Amino acid sequence: MVRVLLPAMLRPLAGGEGTLDIDAPTLDAVLDSIGAGFPALERRLRDETGALRRYVNFYVDGEECRRLDGAKTSLAEAKEVQIIPSVAGG
Amino acid sequence: MEFQLGIGTRKGLFLARSEDRENWELSEPKFPMEAVRAVALTPGKVYAAAVNEHFGPTIATSADFGETWSEPDHAPVAFPADTETALEGIWQIVLAGNVVYAGVEPSALFRSEDGGETFELVRGLWDHEHRPHWTPGGGGQMIHTILPHPTDSQRITVAMSTGGVYRTEDGGKSWTASNRGISAGFLPDDEPEFGQCVHKVAMHPARPERFFLQNHGGVYRSDDDAKTWKSIAGGLPNDFGFAMVVHPTKPDTVYNFPLVADVLRFPPEGRCRVYRSEDAGETWTGLGNGLPDKGFYAGVLRDGMCVDARDGIYFGTRSGEVWAGPDGGDTWHQVAAHLPDVLCVRAQVV
Repeated sequence: MVRVLLPAMLRPLAGGEGTLDIDAPTLDAVLDSIGAGFPALERRLRDETGALRRYVNFYVDGEECRRLDGAKTSLAEAKEVQIIPSVAGG
Repeated sequence: MEFQLGIGTRKGLFLARSEDRENWELSEPKFPMEAVRAVALTPGKVYAAAVNEHFGPTIATSADFGETWSEPDHAPVAFPADTETALEGIWQIVLAGNVVYAGVEPSALFRSEDGGETFELVRGLWDHEHRPHWTPGGGGQMIHTILPHPTDSQRITVAMSTGGVYRTEDGGKSWTASNRGISAGFLPDDEPEFGQCVHKVAMHPARPERFFLQNHGGVYRSDDDAKTWKSIAGGLPNDFGFAMVVHPTKPDTVYNFPLVADVLRFPPEGRCRVYRSEDAGETWTGLGNGLPDKGFYAGVLRDGMCVDARDGIYFGTRSGEVWAGPDGGDTWHQVAAHLPDVLCVRAQVV
């Protein structure tokens, strides 16, 4: 079971929850699970091809997933996935 | 009677309302920090296409002129899995009877028959043999103009940058490039079959066989249902620009906002001027009564100009100003200033 921490701006799309406890083997599977329950949240994290949104970061126990295996990152030993919008805009 | 404006900017949507088109009440920004490139207004529903730089694009609707908004849980516009393509943005929303069309980036046309809840890719255009050769312009590679025929639902004209004008006469199954006579000065062949960087096309419902076109260099009219195009830039100070609008009730009256050139995208002589032709582009007159007369260096983007049904014309600038010309542009009143750069303006009378 991994705990997913959501940024405040996305919590309304998860029924107001700031954390979601999800049992899934990979980050992709976590997002699949989110998509099943909260599709409007999931589409803000991945596009329709399944690619992670470029300016959304996913920290798996403190390490951004793109430094690991990206969306395929194993969560077998992980406790926490923190979703944080990256620096962007002007 | 109330006049309403939807003003899409790089950092949100502003809604304005007025009873006299001189004094306007402006809303707080809706979708703050999201680029709103496409807005469609109907008396009972506002459509807004917004792109959040972090969280992607969507279409939301409001039944109370922006007080509350709703959108489906699923992505209303999304490419089918087999295309292996992701939606970058929505550049145009057009209503035609019970159908809602969306022009998107990358260049594709979507169609909704349930009021914009779900859209379906128009495969005929997506599968066009030219598509691999369409390339992005400076703003991206998108369909920005959708002109359904006013009486024949099978006939639709679209325009894209780059790519040019394409037309269907069978409801979207097949499409033909219609760019004969339109320049493409940035290509080795100056008048290719397709590939032009068309910025905007306008058509009056009373004259659906005639089109007006602002190109990336060149202003054109077609009198033969877009088969051929001829220049109508002779009376303009410059032939570069983005916007092209037809008067709501006078098919021969068109509006344009010239910029000096692609390499100098300022209004000529630093003067804010809308140009109006009342003879379908044969002659043009600069309209500036009430507009800044010097030191004006902001442009108007392709959807930054529009008309209402009561002789009103509007435009918004990249410097965040919005202007209204309630008498067809003879005089101008400022609707708003100091907004983020204006991407689109739409008007209606209710």
